[in-house]
Amino acid sequence: MSEQSSAPRAIGTYTVNRGLAEMLKGGVIMDVVTPEQAKIAEDAGACAVMALERVPADIRRDGGVSRMSDPSMIEGIQAAVKIPVMAKARIGHFVEAQILQALGVDYIDESEVLTPADETHHIDKFKFTVPFVCGATNLGEALRRISEGACMIRSKGEAGTGNIVEAVRHLRNILGDIRKLTQADSAELFQWAKVLQAPLPLVQEIAETGKLPVPLFCAGGIATPADAALAMQLGAEAVFVGSGIFKSDDPAPRAKAIVEATTHFEDAHILAKVSRGLGAPMTGIGMDEINQRYAERGW
Amino acid sequence: MRPLIGVLALQGAFAAHETALAEVGAQTRQVRTPADLSGVQAMVLPGGESSVMSKLLESSGLFGEIQSRLADGMPAFGTCAGMILLASEVLDGRTDQRSFGAIDIAVRRNGYGRQIDSFETDLAVEGETSTFHGVFIRAPKVESVGPSVQVLATHDGVPVLARQGNVMVASFHPELTGDARLHRLFLQQHDFQHEG
Repeated sequence: MSEQSSAPRAIGTYTVNRGLAEMLKGGVIMDVVTPEQAKIAEDAGACAVMALERVPADIRRDGGVSRMSDPSMIEGIQAAVKIPVMAKARIGHFVEAQILQALGVDYIDESEVLTPADETHHIDKFKFTVPFVCGATNLGEALRRISEGACMIRSKGEAGTGNIVEAVRHLRNILGDIRKLTQADSAELFQWAKVLQAPLPLVQEIAETGKLPVPLFCAGGIATPADAALAMQLGAEAVFVGSGIFKSDDPAPRAKAIVEATTHFEDAHILAKVSRGLGAPMTGIGMDEINQRYAERGW
Repeated sequence: MRPLIGVLALQGAFAAHETALAEVGAQTRQVRTPADLSGVQAMVLPGGESSVMSKLLESSGLFGEIQSRLADGMPAFGTCAGMILLASEVLDGRTDQRSFGAIDIAVRRNGYGRQIDSFETDLAVEGETSTFHGVFIRAPKVESVGPSVQVLATHDGVPVLARQGNVMVASFHPELTGDARLHRLFLQQHDFQHEG
């Protein structure tokens, strides 16, 4: 091989950051609040963990303002596992994001589960080296987040409910509109951009390719292996599981079963096998029982 | 006849590899269970999380099946986590993490650091006239290579693309750049007409 010096490295690029999302496809990202939970998640086959102070079900129960986690807690989780560690910043709170980047987290979730810091603006994600994932309830919201620099979109669902109904609604919103876009003619795409409140070039790109320019994952309400497989069959490329694991009776086997179900999402025999004897899932709540919909946060 | 290439599809960037393989004229099949291996002439092991794939290789019953095919000389191309799975020695892995030992290299998991250290750069590849763009994502770092291993590219003096017999490995992601030259190189090493 030649001994000449190597070409320089470019860090924090779109290719590199979108690329990590590509590596997480087909996997399960699990919410954890302690290093011990992070170990359980990694042992079960999580492809990444989301470090946060309280799982969404507890945030919902406790109320109050929910913020970025304590850095020492995030560092404890980083030290405990080899898989990527993500962490949440409040919508629009770019200083929390700066701190998370300084901690070396692998992905920042600008998350509606935390209390928003800005009710008009999201973070300008192009200013960061670290990649961002953002939630969306519909295609327009997804495209606005992508135009701000998000490298991964997750359908929001309704976090902390253990109820898959909102995740299904949001996945169908996003993917259904993408299917419609591919049928639109060029004149109709201008109208679509107005209706979606999204940049025209992104609308035109999706009409051409039939998919988002970044990976689409599912979050918010997954509590069982069947829920995970449902999200995957609907077209999600990976799943986030929040309260669904550590609010269940027996987290470790449930976590492992959800990992298996996400990989083998089209094989009903394997799904039947891994769904057996997992103990009680988290109790969950109906949408008419909650007074705060996190999915409505985001603009 | 177009060769049938199995792409390990337990977790990770398998879809991007299928696109690259289709571009160079191969048929592909996603491999999740031993039944999926039927008729497969070579395999690509994609990037993703190596410890996750190691667990799913065990639970699906694929580990032993793939290991015996590799021992029989099945060609394989591993990128990033796929490189870790094919390596003879894994450093900084989980203690329960298994690898196939199909190429004589020692690899350090996440040897290039966390995501904020992930990078792209141009690489000079042995036998190629123009550079190849390498995308390194929480990439594994090759710490040593055995005497039978041919190094095809280096970055900062460290091997990043290597081959031994029918097995080729890369620390980076040729499936993410729209440049299928390395996939073509992998297929060209083998005359699939006389196999499957």
